[in-house]
Amino acid sequence: MGQFGGAIFAIAVGLLGALAFYWLLNKVVEALPPAWENRLKPYVFIGPAIVIVATFLVFPALLTIRDSFHGSNAEEFVGLANYRQLLGDGSVWSLLLNNAIWIVVVPTVAVSIGLAVAIMTDRLSSTWERVTKALIFLPMAISFIGAGVIWRFVYEWRPPGRPQIGLLNAIVEAMGFEPIHWLGTSDLRLNTLLLTVIMIWLQSGFAMVLLSAAIKGVPDETVEAARIDGASEGQIYWRVVIPQIKSTIFVVTTTVMILVMKIFDVVFALTQGRFNTNVIANQFYFELFQVRHQGRAAVLVVLLIIAVIPIMIANIRRLRQEEALR
Amino acid sequence: MRSLLAHSRLWILLVAVALAIAACADDAEDVTDEGPDDEDVEEPEDEEPDDEEPDEDAVDDEPEEDTGIEGEAVSIMTPFADDEEQANFLSTIEPWAEEHGVEVEHEGSDDFETLINTRVEGGNPPDIALFPQPGLMRDMADAGDMRDLDEVLDLDAVEDSLIEGTLDDGTYEDEVVGLMYRLNLKSLVWYPVPEFEEAGYSAPETWDELEDLTAQMVDDGNVPWCIGIESSGATGWPATDWVEDIMLRTAGLEATDAWVEGELEFASDEVRGAFEHFEDITGGFSDEYVLGGNTGMVTTNFGDSSEPMFEDPPACYMHRQAQFIQGFFPEEVQENPEEHVDFFPFPPIDEEHGNPALTAGDIASLFTDNPAAEELVQHMATAEAGEPWAEAGGFLSAHEGFDTSLYPTDIEQRQGEFLTEASFARFDPSDDMPAEVGTGAFWTEIVDWIAGETDLDSAVEGIDESFPE
Repeated sequence: MGQFGGAIFAIAVGLLGALAFYWLLNKVVEALPPAWENRLKPYVFIGPAIVIVATFLVFPALLTIRDSFHGSNAEEFVGLANYRQLLGDGSVWSLLLNNAIWIVVVPTVAVSIGLAVAIMTDRLSSTWERVTKALIFLPMAISFIGAGVIWRFVYEWRPPGRPQIGLLNAIVEAMGFEPIHWLGTSDLRLNTLLLTVIMIWLQSGFAMVLLSAAIKGVPDETVEAARIDGASEGQIYWRVVIPQIKSTIFVVTTTVMILVMKIFDVVFALTQGRFNTNVIANQFYFELFQVRHQGRAAVLVVLLIIAVIPIMIANIRRLRQEEALR
Repeated sequence: MRSLLAHSRLWILLVAVALAIAACADDAEDVTDEGPDDEDVEEPEDEEPDDEEPDEDAVDDEPEEDTGIEGEAVSIMTPFADDEEQANFLSTIEPWAEEHGVEVEHEGSDDFETLINTRVEGGNPPDIALFPQPGLMRDMADAGDMRDLDEVLDLDAVEDSLIEGTLDDGTYEDEVVGLMYRLNLKSLVWYPVPEFEEAGYSAPETWDELEDLTAQMVDDGNVPWCIGIESSGATGWPATDWVEDIMLRTAGLEATDAWVEGELEFASDEVRGAFEHFEDITGGFSDEYVLGGNTGMVTTNFGDSSEPMFEDPPACYMHRQAQFIQGFFPEEVQENPEEHVDFFPFPPIDEEHGNPALTAGDIASLFTDNPAAEELVQHMATAEAGEPWAEAGGFLSAHEGFDTSLYPTDIEQRQGEFLTEASFARFDPSDDMPAEVGTGAFWTEIVDWIAGETDLDSAVEGIDESFPE
């Protein structure tokens, strides 16, 4: 039996084993007095899942935290040296600044565009609404790395006098100016902003779809009541519709935010973090696979975990508040 | 409860079956659990060859038919990703495999380093791997994942056969863990022959002549250099090659080795001097000297950068790059290389250090005690193994006595001669440095320096700081 056959066999045995395991546990619980059966049954089914999640999520996370205090091959204990080295080095603050730009710009702009499109398409005929939405939603189907490659051709720079294959520079040159090295221009973090455009392009569709659904869910009575009271269209949206879809806006924003915190593919495909466009995930890849320093790579993951926690908490709180209102 | 009792026999049966399946599942898990655990499995295995083969020569002397490797399989991982390279590589292995009835499972990937890391750390290493960089190989040897080739090869004979210094490329802490298989010659400057001659230029033989030539080209309104150092995550390596080639010629072998060890700082006069030579010959990376200037250098992919040299008229006249770059030349050049392109050796600078060769290469390492793989390594250690690939082109042998007339083109034959005549050969020093430096700070800082984001002082200091303590 080759490796492949062995793998198939192991999977089959594992699946059957898991089925038999649940089935058996279920039978055992069913054999108990009804009171105990009710009490224990949820745990029979959720328990193993919790154990698995803990094994494959919590345990590695703890290992990562442990590794962040160890040296390059995660063996010798170095205390806070990795943290000191990374945080003491100015370049990490520069990449944290870039991450901050990503976190602020992408969710804000993507959600604004999504909201604007959702509001405007709401007034189109249903055919045009569908067409417009499909066009805006389309980029969602493209992988991040694919989008990166596409946008490379927009920002591409060639030496002056040579054929410009980049869209932007072809325009710039046609207007009689020298081609600009867009991705190398870090003044005012222009290049990072240009990279965020790609993500906005990708995520606006996502925001639009959810927000549009939420807008459709706003009860007509409230809008009509406002209209009867003499509210203008603007007032209707700002005072009636938006407050009612606030929770959707919040969820969409935080979802995009968490996604953007992990941003890697777009930066890797276009600049690999050069020219001051580096971000945490890209630096992590660099430390782990290029420099092969597991300790410092772990530190970056820990920073990322710490940064995501507040957003997760905010999200969960929000969810609880909503549950409480129901 | 009643129904349970009524069906009790059926129940017992089902429970028994379920338990049996569960037990099977446990077994299966045990197997996969133990697999990845190198230390448990491999250590006893590592001792075996020692017990069985106390006499190294016995392995070599054994008649090959008796080793009982027929029907065995050998897995090899290489960085050879494209079809032609893979076919060429296999052409050096397959005759042997057929003769011995061994099945070769070859896995080539252009993401070799990530892949081999995952495989080795997952406890599932291939039998043999060809490392394009000794750095990663040494890291793995350090982790104890690799076989000492002394157990498998007659090292004295191998050392006699190899070009001086090449055995060191596979050595880690006095143990030979890697065997140079294919050599890459880096110290070459390419130029478009007809246009070069038409413009009245001739190949320089010394650094001074090279300086005069570049100055003359600039005076003529021509751009001397095409340099591209973009290479995705590895951006910067072509620039480090420049510095290393200069370093060998201005500071010599000993200083270069001290530099690799971290004993000679990047901020030292020797190393800084090499950076400065690079800056000078390229006119400070200005667009008069380098196509596209410094921005062109950092944004042009190394593979694409030679192309403008073959335009009419040439957009640049010289390109310093290893011999593999021929595979990136435009099709009409590749079909008829001798009409279009030629090279001159990167010229000597300081007479004292002569004309050294900067090299790279693919180094074979053995991970397992698979006897078939051991024999394959013995085969790969012979000069003859490389012959089919040498004849196909794109392969320079690391063996001193290799018949250079086997190389298909005049260009390759002269490269082979350059290698054997070079005052010494040295594997790419940055590949030998700790990864934090060699594939980390050296790359990033040199790119920042060329791009004009840092000055030379802070660049060399930044690299020195990255040396692990």
